[in-house]
Amino acid sequence: MGKRLTLSFLAVGLVMALAGVIPSAAQKGPIKIGVIAPMSGGAAQAGKDMTNGFNMWLEENGMTIAGRKVEVIVEDSQGQPNVALTKLQKLVESDRVHVLVGELFAHIGYAMAPKVEEYRIPMLYPVIAADDLTQRKLAKWVVRTGWASSQPSHPFGEYAAKTLGYKKIAAIGIDYAFGWEVIGGFQKTFEENGGQIIQKLWAPLGTTDFAPYLSQIRRDADAVFALMVAASSLRFPKQYEDAGLKAKLPLIGGGTTFDEFVLPSLGDEAIGGMSPLQYSAALDTPVNKRFVTEYRKKYGKVPSYFSETSYTSARWIAEAAKTIGGDVENRDKFLEALRKVEMPDTPRGPVKLDSYGNPIQNIYIRKVEKKGGELWNTVVHTYPAVSQFWKYKPEEFLKQPVYDRNYPPCKYC
Amino acid sequence: MGAWVAPVLLLVLAAVPPFTSSYVLSLVTQALIYAIVAMSLDLILGYTGLASLGHAAYFGLGAYAVGILTTRYGAGFWTTLLVGVLLAAAVAAVFGLVALRATGVYFLMITLALGMVAWGLAHRWVSLTQGDNGISGVPRPVLGFGLSLARAVPFYYFALIGFLLAFVFLRVVVRSPFGQALIGIRESESRMRTLGYHVWLHKYLGFVIAGAVGGFAGVLWACYQGFVSPGELELTTSVKILLMVALGGRGTLLGPALGALLIALLENLVSVYTHRWLLILGAVYIGTIVYAPEGILGAVRQWRMKGDRAWARG
Repeated sequence: MGKRLTLSFLAVGLVMALAGVIPSAAQKGPIKIGVIAPMSGGAAQAGKDMTNGFNMWLEENGMTIAGRKVEVIVEDSQGQPNVALTKLQKLVESDRVHVLVGELFAHIGYAMAPKVEEYRIPMLYPVIAADDLTQRKLAKWVVRTGWASSQPSHPFGEYAAKTLGYKKIAAIGIDYAFGWEVIGGFQKTFEENGGQIIQKLWAPLGTTDFAPYLSQIRRDADAVFALMVAASSLRFPKQYEDAGLKAKLPLIGGGTTFDEFVLPSLGDEAIGGMSPLQYSAALDTPVNKRFVTEYRKKYGKVPSYFSETSYTSARWIAEAAKTIGGDVENRDKFLEALRKVEMPDTPRGPVKLDSYGNPIQNIYIRKVEKKGGELWNTVVHTYPAVSQFWKYKPEEFLKQPVYDRNYPPCKYC
Repeated sequence: MGAWVAPVLLLVLAAVPPFTSSYVLSLVTQALIYAIVAMSLDLILGYTGLASLGHAAYFGLGAYAVGILTTRYGAGFWTTLLVGVLLAAAVAAVFGLVALRATGVYFLMITLALGMVAWGLAHRWVSLTQGDNGISGVPRPVLGFGLSLARAVPFYYFALIGFLLAFVFLRVVVRSPFGQALIGIRESESRMRTLGYHVWLHKYLGFVIAGAVGGFAGVLWACYQGFVSPGELELTTSVKILLMVALGGRGTLLGPALGALLIALLENLVSVYTHRWLLILGAVYIGTIVYAPEGILGAVRQWRMKGDRAWARG
């Protein structure tokens, strides 16, 4: 009899516990964030920088956002769209994350956007820069916290023509959408300010031997604009110097050509290289100085723009969640809050979104210099609050096609 | 293989979906589609003895046919299916003319080069393929009869039917006199020639059929994924298909399907637990090569044959 009584008490207790615990757990569980990044394959290092930056902000803030615990689930995209799509599905359907962050490659960004729309789940793109994601192919649920490829190029084209005084520039770039957009944006503003692009050379993605291209570069140019990424960034400056070009033609380029991601691996051949980007690790603000010091302490290297933008994205999520009292389950409200975030003091400077969903932010013209035995991107000029549309009216700007291999046409080639 | 294996397997595949999460279901859907392309490669690799490193080309062509026709011209599923399969077959017919002049390593290299040509086209013919950015927003097929394949479970059955069709078709092919001739060619080309078989034509037809079935898989893939990019035609995809065949057991049809399932699950489930999942995948490959060079089903078959012999001796 006693035994049966105990059992029934236990049963009742269990039922009450379940009834009490489950609903509250569902409401006050952790905020789950799904991160998709290339953790293996050619871009694994950049993926590491992304997750490091992202985790760093969360760890600094006790892994809590708006009073709720945070759980981060990192998935490896292997740099492949089909894998990224599968992981996206896993994060949304199995892990039931509240918000997604990630990826590096533009084509994966284009692949994920329709899925994100279908799931109606907010996703932050801290790195993917493909212009059209916030221009001609808008995705409602995608919040870009990084940049648009041609955004830094627009002011830099003007700078090259007006301040640097170049008249003729030969361009060499990596032959894919990102390369076309960076060089296209530069060409547009450079030529509108009286400059001439007299040559455009395209090297396939993954090129590491530039000798055949370097020999073609026109020697009557005033400077050479190079857009390199990843392994190509590592090799190009050295080969440029070895070809005897550095002494004759100054080398300028896109932000990724001299990014902090590759600078530690470059030698003196990179000194003097100028490029624009929304971030430089050498940025002389208290926020950034602290960020760089802490990041180096933690991960033993200088943060790249991948690190900074992911760090800022973590805070972005927190700022949005705070304004809605941590109620991230209400996705519509959460998305609206994400779009309204304004931060005056991120490591890269003040950031807020334009009505198309791309950050308005400072663009820094940077010059590679050697300080204390290390290479740094010293900021030589700041264009404050640059939009992806630069000085153009968005409606006017959007009438032109997206920059590609042949647009703008090379009038002076 | 016991006669009961296939029906039981089918029953499991047909009965499982309502009880699994949609994520696992989507993994199995992927595996089924990859199984089709792996089986099609098995026709030339396992049955004919021609190792191709360009098989992703047909897979990709099928996928691009769907991507381009649906997003640009609003074509329906049956049109895209027809065009995808025929296109893959036509390209295989052209590639076959070039590749089948060689055998062994040289065949491997030529198919590799042709596969890269197809990849290069997808990458560089931007006006048609949107290059590197890929084609997104490919809709799920509408079959008519009020059937929607937008959700995971219906699409799973759709892929399962596609898999069964491909399996039955390939099985009929390999069991037919034509298929037996292919096996004969694998064993000894010169003997088949002496017997009066037109060896080249047999190989050529096998090559084209494999390409067409590969294209069929590509069509399903594009519908499933909703996205097509040059990645579908990359060398790594070709290698992956080859590994599926090698892992499962070449010359068994069901083996490559099993290999596809294993690789899809390993890739996606192991990576949840460790970022070193590539090591585990590598270990599985090495283990297979060392302990079961004929693949998993090949090993099972050998083991059974040994058992039968022991029984006979007993």
